[in-house]
Amino acid sequence: MDLKKFIATLSNTPGISGLEREVTKHIVKAWEELADEVEVDTLGNVIAWKKGKDNSKPPIMVAAHQDEIGFLVNEIDKEGFVRLEPIGGIDPRLLPGQEVIIWGKEKVHGIIGAKPPHLQKPEEREKAIPLDKIFVDCGMEKEPLAKKIRVGDPITFNQELQWFNENVCTGKSLDDRAGVAALHQALLDLKDITPGFDVAFVATVQEEVGVRGAIASSFKLNPALGIAVDVGFAQRPGQEKEQSIEANKGPALGIGPHVHPDLFARLQKIAGENDIPTQLEPSPHPGGTDAYAIQMSRCGVATALLSIPLANMHSPLEVIDIRDVRRTGKLIAKFCQEADAELVEGLTCL
Amino acid sequence: MLIKELTELPGIAGREGQVRSFLKEKLALEKFKLSVDAMGNMYARHEAKNTPLVMLASHMDEVGFMVMGYESSGLLKFAPVGGIDLRVVVGKKVYIGEEKTLGIVGAKPIHLQKKNERNKPFSRQELFIDIGASSEEEAKNKTKIGDQITFATRTEFISDRVMKGKAFDDRAGCTAILEILKSKPPVNVCGAFTVQEEVGLRGAGVAASNVKPDLAIVLEGTTASDVPESPEHRYSTTMGEGPAITLMDRSFLANQNLNKRVIELAEKEGIRYQLRRSNIGGTDAGRIHLVEEGIPTIGLSLPCRYIHSPVSLLNMDDWQGMVDLVTTILKDIAEGGFPLGKNY
Repeated sequence: MDLKKFIATLSNTPGISGLEREVTKHIVKAWEELADEVEVDTLGNVIAWKKGKDNSKPPIMVAAHQDEIGFLVNEIDKEGFVRLEPIGGIDPRLLPGQEVIIWGKEKVHGIIGAKPPHLQKPEEREKAIPLDKIFVDCGMEKEPLAKKIRVGDPITFNQELQWFNENVCTGKSLDDRAGVAALHQALLDLKDITPGFDVAFVATVQEEVGVRGAIASSFKLNPALGIAVDVGFAQRPGQEKEQSIEANKGPALGIGPHVHPDLFARLQKIAGENDIPTQLEPSPHPGGTDAYAIQMSRCGVATALLSIPLANMHSPLEVIDIRDVRRTGKLIAKFCQEADAELVEGLTCL
Repeated sequence: MLIKELTELPGIAGREGQVRSFLKEKLALEKFKLSVDAMGNMYARHEAKNTPLVMLASHMDEVGFMVMGYESSGLLKFAPVGGIDLRVVVGKKVYIGEEKTLGIVGAKPIHLQKKNERNKPFSRQELFIDIGASSEEEAKNKTKIGDQITFATRTEFISDRVMKGKAFDDRAGCTAILEILKSKPPVNVCGAFTVQEEVGLRGAGVAASNVKPDLAIVLEGTTASDVPESPEHRYSTTMGEGPAITLMDRSFLANQNLNKRVIELAEKEGIRYQLRRSNIGGTDAGRIHLVEEGIPTIGLSLPCRYIHSPVSLLNMDDWQGMVDLVTTILKDIAEGGFPLGKNY
């Protein structure tokens, strides 16, 4: 499947943490055409194998997470309004006026409401509306609504991916479906190429609630090395420059405690040799990506992190530049193609 | 569906052109006599010889924004046109200009916010529109300063009778007038599609001066506060309980003789109605009733939840009730039962 179509399909599909099944189906279908073998593990991680020249060593693990932030139905009150339980970190200030879908027995459309502004006291208007004052209105009384949905049903933003121009698009859950798309691009690039080592491309689950899918999948794979692909903060006003990366400048190479310096150097070298633009993302505090889990798996794994620039993270309108996704995929493919025993052995050298 | 097409059109105050053209086309099909005044108010006349003249008024404009300038990064700065709580615009899609260029209102990711920032609403200085441009030049090629900005909301049914969409205030009123005119009522009717209501009821007074009706009925969208976190005694109207008859608002105290007859008629015909119980907001009635020596005026409103936000809700039974109620009033006028309000 073409990269743009893949990313739109994934972005438009619901899959909050723990309930990624619909997304998983699309990924499996697309990767079965590109990989030598595709499996889904106990937690729901998709693992696509690309067999390498050297099968004697553990594989390279390349991971991006397929889950998205969202909500569960917490309560349907007596008037039929639905209260929300968040899954992952969501800014409640984005919520009033948002359209959502509740995935019950039937798909139910709703809009997120709050107390009308003219009924708010002046001091209330100075404050952000907290999540416990926010609700979903489905335009239905409790009785008909309760026949369609129940407590625990997932809720996602009702957003279709749209293109601003041929390169830049906006949609929900691009964190981290853009990363999964970069893996897809790498698989496309490696279609007629045998990488140096076996490569396991993993679309992990439950990242947003504590990198849980990566814990199980890296234990299973016990990889020789791991590369996590996630998203980074694209520069926007009000953000400190050193906390941000820039759109259309290629993947950002993470530097920090969770990145092995040799892997970092290798990725930088390969990018340079192949004219792939990259930028740097210093991350002094490890965490928040699958790299965190992979690194601490079993006896320790050398790990690198690639970040795709993304604006408005954890909002229903995340923004990416597809060129950055393509470059990330290309860099991964080249890395896998050129991986050799020397590299792997060097990672544990004193 | 008429209400879908009409509400999806962009039309902030002073930029009602697309809405007017759309209505003009539909009204011309029905062969109504049409005219437009210097402000942009449009009039559609239906004649019934030797009967009083009733003006039905609804405004074409909606709340929205205007492009104010650019950042060197290609982001757009904007300002509201009409009353919008800026807290509801973050993370929403918008259309800019006549070409409907896609934009989104972005904000700083939650990860990068300090704890005290999270408790405060975003200020206007923190909000910007992203059109996917990477430079000021690219952004200026697609948009220009002064372009109108409206929410990119699609209008659809979300349950059997409830629609979601933007600009029900007051395109729902515009479609009700169209429906009433099409039914060829037994009195003279001038449908007045007014401009610039959202920035201070600026079109309606001019419209009333042009029409000089014996009676005016304003068909509006109003706030329905029947939602959690608002106390029941503050519900202005309740969605699904029929059109609301205005008692008062900030601009208008209703004529009790007229309202009394409207209520009698609704009860006689079994049309569900409610009283609009709060004094907030203003409508075109506020201007119209003060034109010349005073014009007898009735205010009717459709309850809309989350009015003046990217997406509001409207119950189509309420809309049908409004059409039925106005139709009943017009028939009563023709039959001579209705007090035209000149004798207090």
